[in-house]
Amino acid sequence: MAERLLPAEFSDLEPFVEGWCLDSEPERYAKRLSSTMDEIQAFYDAMMPRAEEAICYLEKFPLDDLPEDAMRLLKLLYSLILMSFPVEIWRQPYIPDTGTASFDLKLEPVP
Amino acid sequence: MTQSLKAPKQSAKQYPKPPEGTWTEHYPELDTDPVSYENSISPEFFELEREAVFKRAWLNVGRVEMLRRKGGFFTKEIPGLKTSLIIVRGTDDKIRAFHNVCRHRGNKLVWTDHPAEEISGTCRQFTCKYHGWRYDLDGRLTFILQEGEFFGIDKADYGLVPVHCDVWKGFIFVNFAEEPEQTLTDYLGPMITAIDYPFEKLTQRYYYRGDIRSNWKIFHDAFQEFYHPPILHGHQNPVMRQADYQEQGFYTSHFQIDGPHRVGSTSGGAGGKLVPEFYNPIERVMRSGLFGPWDPSEIVTDKLPPGLNPGNKKNWGLDSFQIFPNFAIVFWETGWYLTYHYWPVTHNRLLFEANAYFTPPRNVRERLAQQLGIATIKEYALEDCGTLEATQMGLESRVVSTFPLGDQEFMCRHLNKMINKWVDDYKRKQAEG
Repeated sequence: MAERLLPAEFSDLEPFVEGWCLDSEPERYAKRLSSTMDEIQAFYDAMMPRAEEAICYLEKFPLDDLPEDAMRLLKLLYSLILMSFPVEIWRQPYIPDTGTASFDLKLEPVP
Repeated sequence: MTQSLKAPKQSAKQYPKPPEGTWTEHYPELDTDPVSYENSISPEFFELEREAVFKRAWLNVGRVEMLRRKGGFFTKEIPGLKTSLIIVRGTDDKIRAFHNVCRHRGNKLVWTDHPAEEISGTCRQFTCKYHGWRYDLDGRLTFILQEGEFFGIDKADYGLVPVHCDVWKGFIFVNFAEEPEQTLTDYLGPMITAIDYPFEKLTQRYYYRGDIRSNWKIFHDAFQEFYHPPILHGHQNPVMRQADYQEQGFYTSHFQIDGPHRVGSTSGGAGGKLVPEFYNPIERVMRSGLFGPWDPSEIVTDKLPPGLNPGNKKNWGLDSFQIFPNFAIVFWETGWYLTYHYWPVTHNRLLFEANAYFTPPRNVRERLAQQLGIATIKEYALEDCGTLEATQMGLESRVVSTFPLGDQEFMCRHLNKMINKWVDDYKRKQAEG
């Protein structure tokens, strides 16, 4: 078997690491705009029921010293946050009526 | 006209207004007439506004945490003035501002890869990429390559061009005037300088930047009235979807002006205190949302920092201070703050900056609460962006020349008035020579 990407308790989420485990807000937002609602919904449906458990797991580590697999899990949660809006509110990937405007997160704390 | 500004009786009781009956009429410098937005669609007015406002007012360009060490610097583009600044902490710890232009042949001095992009770092001196002229952190020219080839040159005459620079509570301000008409403290006035907030503890920063096709004031106006949120943003928020908000609107609990600056305060809404149905599922998991993290940060005590909640209202939720001309600070009840900057690029284009500042998260749960808070800001701000582009188009059609503003749009009226006042004042002074 290939290298374990997520903490063992969350191995069922491994298929989402590729594609949804992204380093920055602009990458996550681009992923949102380039995905179909079916893809976003599938990711949301897999992540949402595990979110609280994942937070409890990650809370045990110092924020500035997360193991690599834990860091990937945290990045999946960042993606969950951004994908919640299409699922819970818009029923489409993009925010309605936004015209040509851009608004990007240029600086975000790591992790 | 005045009558139409009166709030419904029931709401007036809930959100009492000054004895004059409205916030607008409480301030004799404001009138209740319909407002012209010619100052937001005219290229000629924009030329005047650059001189009269942006080259005379104190402008915030950042915070001292961006320059932690001696030699720390950042560049700041001011697109509407077609200029770039170097802001630097000297070896004496003093923060200075210079125009980012080499005195030799006018090359932009500090930049990397793309000349129009801002950079930051730490250095001992600034060296021009073109011919290697060097300047120290105080802006003095210290080195000319082949100095003997130049004609009667004295390095003392060729320092970087300084810009007036001063700091209030860690906020770095510049002033492009040859001699500013007021010191920064006098300019900010008693309402703003009364604020004594522990800014230095909120070092966790998230920085958004947007490119939007509307006049900077038109965009600014959407962030200084709470009349639009239940309608424009009603889809996003189960609370705003309530019939009360949809039919009766939302009331600001306190408005105040001090010189060119203003504040609006609203009642509280943070903390997830309502029944779960009023929150989106992600908000319930992350304990956060539009009002930021539900759980108060470590700076929150039972006493508000001085200067906040200037109307001394019960059930305080936020203050939205608008510092003339283009800077806002929004303080939230759970102990974080936001800043907005509206930088004009042309008469119908702006650069919008939003910075959210929190205390450093102590664990993943606190970090995620911040992440949902700032993600929500984008969902709301982009709705504003599209709409304000549409407003700009409507105004530029010049089909309608004046527009009625209600009492809830008190701060929009004040900004419009102040801009015209500063421009008139400038024109008068120019005419007087």
